[in-house]
Amino acid sequence: MTRGMTLMMAVAALMFAYAPFMIDNAPYEATMGLVYKIYFFHMPSAWMFLTAAITAGVASFRLLFLKRPRADHWVMAAAELAVLFGAFTLVTGPLWARKAWGVWWVWDARLTSSLMLFLIFVAYSLLRKYGGPGSDKLGAGLALFGMANVPFIYVSVNYWRTFHPPTSVVPTLPVEMGIPLWYCVFAFTLLFIVLLRLRARLEHQRERLEELYLAEDEA
Amino acid sequence: MRMTMASRLSKVMLVLAALLVATAVYAQGQPPPEFVPVGEAPQAEQIPAMPLLGIAYGFIWVGMFAYVWSIARRLQKVEGELSALESRKS
Repeated sequence: MTRGMTLMMAVAALMFAYAPFMIDNAPYEATMGLVYKIYFFHMPSAWMFLTAAITAGVASFRLLFLKRPRADHWVMAAAELAVLFGAFTLVTGPLWARKAWGVWWVWDARLTSSLMLFLIFVAYSLLRKYGGPGSDKLGAGLALFGMANVPFIYVSVNYWRTFHPPTSVVPTLPVEMGIPLWYCVFAFTLLFIVLLRLRARLEHQRERLEELYLAEDEA
Repeated sequence: MRMTMASRLSKVMLVLAALLVATAVYAQGQPPPEFVPVGEAPQAEQIPAMPLLGIAYGFIWVGMFAYVWSIARRLQKVEGELSALESRKS
């Protein structure tokens, strides 16, 4: 691991350790009270979920259309992170909704399309695990389809009727709520970069190992 | 004549159904356009928020630690195998 990566990991760990104090100091929200504080981890998780889907889509484009075989490692890494951050988003959201809306789940455009995106990347992971030869290209097609879902998910709250807060909430947040939110977004982004690079490194090393075994068999 | 009446009736029913759906949709509350900060939690707390908050943060913390540990373990295993193979070759 490079020094830069180690430093990023240390900063992300420190930021996560301090995050509960930042969130505790944030004020309550007028209608939702204490439970809205789930937002400080829910929203960054959701952004990383969408970022992971875009990363997987871009890497899939490089693999399929620019013929870069190593891009497959980045697709695999980003897809796994999409499942991880997707799970965070889809678990914390209903916990917030139970109190704020009185129900765990509603089948509106935002929630349904987010669940679809999560299932696309779960399908990708299963395909790569059990699909055998050729699953890399098939999976890349699936990841591209996942990326195409992202703009729809983002704007869905502005065009379809929903209880979910619209995108206008983030730019209009008061400073005392905005500071902890952007702090958490920064911590999640650092963590995302570190995890993405570590996961891609795992695939690079696995490829090297396979090449060495092949060379040994041929010798 | 009967067909015409039935057709008219079905059209009226369709319009009524569309109106009912539209009314139901408009009867739903609007989401708040922005968050408003207050100093204290509202009094009418029927579902306790703390367990929900605890589960949400706990899930993310545990999930993150588990994932970091899983990547570290997998990476360690592959790199250990790689260095053993390289030393065997040299």
